[in-house]
Amino acid sequence: MKNLSLVLLVATIAIIGCKPKSGVSVATGDAATKVYVAPGTYDEFYNVVSGGFSGQMAIYGIPSGRLFREIPVFSADPETGWGYTEETKGMLMTSHGFVPWDDLHHPALSTTNGVHDGRWAFGNANNTPRIARIDMKTFKTAEIIELPNSSGNHSSPFITENTEYTVAGTRFSSPPDYQGSNPDVSINSYKENFKGYISFVSVEKESGMMDVAFQLQIPPLNTDLARAGKGPSHDWFFFSCYNSEQAFTLLEVNASQKDKDFILAVNWKKAEEYAKAGKGSKKNVKYAHNYYDESKHTTISEIKNEVLVLDPKELKDVLYLIPCPKSPHGCDVDPTGQYIVGSGKLAALIPVFSFDKIQKAIDAKDFEAEYDGIPVLKYESVLHGEVQKPGLGPLHTEFDDKGNAYTSFFVSSEIVKWNVQSLQVLDRVPTYYSIGHLCVPGGPTAKPWGKYVIAYNKITKDRYLPTGPELTQSAQLYSIDGDKMELLLDFPTTGEPHYAEAIPAELVKGNSVKIFKIEENNHPYAAKGEKEAKVIREGNKVHVVMSSIRSHFVPDNIEGVKIGDEVYFHVTNLEQDWDVPHGFAVKGADNAEMLIMPGETATIKWVPNRVGVFPFYCTDFCSALHQEMQGYIRVSPAGSSVPLTYSTGKVTKEAAK
Amino acid sequence: MKNLIYGLMCLLAISGTVGCGSSETQSDTTTAIDAQHAGGQEAVVDDVSQKDIVKIAVGSADHTTLVAALKQAEYVDDISNAGPFTVFAPTNEAFAKVPKETLDDLMKDENRLALQNILEYHVAVGVYRQDYLNDGQTVGMANGQNVTIHLNGDKLMVNEVNVVATIPASNGLIYVVDGVLLPPAK
Repeated sequence: MKNLSLVLLVATIAIIGCKPKSGVSVATGDAATKVYVAPGTYDEFYNVVSGGFSGQMAIYGIPSGRLFREIPVFSADPETGWGYTEETKGMLMTSHGFVPWDDLHHPALSTTNGVHDGRWAFGNANNTPRIARIDMKTFKTAEIIELPNSSGNHSSPFITENTEYTVAGTRFSSPPDYQGSNPDVSINSYKENFKGYISFVSVEKESGMMDVAFQLQIPPLNTDLARAGKGPSHDWFFFSCYNSEQAFTLLEVNASQKDKDFILAVNWKKAEEYAKAGKGSKKNVKYAHNYYDESKHTTISEIKNEVLVLDPKELKDVLYLIPCPKSPHGCDVDPTGQYIVGSGKLAALIPVFSFDKIQKAIDAKDFEAEYDGIPVLKYESVLHGEVQKPGLGPLHTEFDDKGNAYTSFFVSSEIVKWNVQSLQVLDRVPTYYSIGHLCVPGGPTAKPWGKYVIAYNKITKDRYLPTGPELTQSAQLYSIDGDKMELLLDFPTTGEPHYAEAIPAELVKGNSVKIFKIEENNHPYAAKGEKEAKVIREGNKVHVVMSSIRSHFVPDNIEGVKIGDEVYFHVTNLEQDWDVPHGFAVKGADNAEMLIMPGETATIKWVPNRVGVFPFYCTDFCSALHQEMQGYIRVSPAGSSVPLTYSTGKVTKEAAK
Repeated sequence: MKNLIYGLMCLLAISGTVGCGSSETQSDTTTAIDAQHAGGQEAVVDDVSQKDIVKIAVGSADHTTLVAALKQAEYVDDISNAGPFTVFAPTNEAFAKVPKETLDDLMKDENRLALQNILEYHVAVGVYRQDYLNDGQTVGMANGQNVTIHLNGDKLMVNEVNVVATIPASNGLIYVVDGVLLPPAK
């Protein structure tokens, strides 16, 4: 053992003696001016970044890298009360009950004619499969729909050109949920009993409301990522998959055996026709659909029990398989809709497929084989060409407005710029370290905005001041204006960012809601003025209908609550002034505080477990007299005769003495 | 256990001749693209964590040729990254079996792609532990071609070369091999 230590020590000295180039020297002198956003001025882009295992989405400014907001989506958030208030608990309901956490990997910004329209951001839940829709007017989660027959919702929530559909593909194949739950079968029966599913979730044009329109049942592959066609390929959707080996143990080895896996080409327009013609079978399943009623400031949560499943083995012209080398991860469609880029994470090249050639091969039935009853196109017949020796571990590709592609390489830790037509590598820059996704503003759309590429790195190591074993996640901003990419900025990110999109601020900022109009508040327990404030007892339920305004609550003295009661504080923020939220917290609450936006009503449940007097207060610094914004609630023993009373500013004669 | 002891023996003598930094091997003819390929986790100062594959190789007197080749191929950064990798690491003796002229040619800048191809044929992305390998199994290597595993009892071979030691690293696994793996002609 001593010997080993000695050896390691000597080896270390040898390494420290080296002075390799570091990233510090890579940023050039004028980088600072390119990311400087003067105080009081705005960033050019919103960067909508997934939070990964935080379950949230975060909003940054580009080029400054400043964090503006974390939007609670799939994870309960005690800071805002999301998932804790009576109004928002329902948003996290699923067929499994209340699920307060998830893993959000990919945002997808809504588009019209393939171009960002600034209306919604969709996000996927990987673990308990769901899709969320965030309203870009309020930056709040407006809707969450669960996906039946699904496990590991990774290739999601990518959208069609006009946001007709958002999709979900199963990373984990599973036995189907028919009869409402997934059956008890041996894992060894994988090939027989496990299936993959691709869900097409329709998005209502005006309201954005989602519905699981139909599902395609596919062989038990692991679908990974997806992109819709655009322009000429508008009717198609492309999904990458790995594990064509159909392994169900030690996938690290067993799902890497074949030289090629597949890109699935789905004719969704055709599938839609079949669905409308009733060509599928309706299956009995169970999934939750939750949406936020902005006028009632409350979630409507419902359980649905039916889904339409189409079988591509029978509906022959719905699904085709394109062989793609070595466990493809990214599957990206260029702005013209003509080229589909498959990035095999273990591949030594990047194949680019031609949509025209795919169509010709399908028309000519130029198939090399069938895989589980699905036709497999010939690789050479549909190939536009290969980018040779691009780097190691290609993952994802985004596009600029000049016909170039930018591919991230995890293993060789770099971004490689190449030309989609010529397939020539034009430039490469290192990332610090081990990039995952990357983002060009508008990069996945028909109209990339260009200007920057942002790297979302998986390894941080020594890039920032260390903070113990757990480090911040790290993004890096590069200019792509010139021929050469130029590193401009490192900025830390919250959660574990996977994918991100960036959208011009001009398309979003003018629509931002400042207040909720109090006269439009239809919450059943709203106090639309202080005169409406009251306390109501219904059996052991005590409803405190409370108002808040700078700098007091009505009521702020409450008596007559007893052990065994459940108290509901329904707090309405009467302010009609931008950026004046009030907060509410009560001592001993075992859930959270809540933030109430101007004109909004929110409710926290409080079950006192001891006798006493408990203070409550405003948590969000609202005014010069914020510290005075407080109250008391008295809890008496069960069976006590203390009457239910409530007031603000009233003092008994005895107390006044 | 034998494998581990051998692996440690490989580490015992530290060569003082190991070069520092890929800049030394970059010639004037290096393209601008190559010049920008700078900075991987190789440069991270960390004497606490378990050693990665590159640090182990740099510390091994038996792998000076391999380390020099990795530098010439500009793969030091890559193999320092998160991986995980399985690297079949030919010893100096193994490289000595390759005709000297061939090796010298490969170390020339104009043949960097050919060198990269050979080195990539020694690297698989993924940890292929011996107890998860089967006789006759193929493993896809980083250059896009496959090697074949031969397993006879405890004796492990890859293509026609012997695995003589197994060294776990922070970012994967090193199999020390007694021959250089030559990618089959395509």
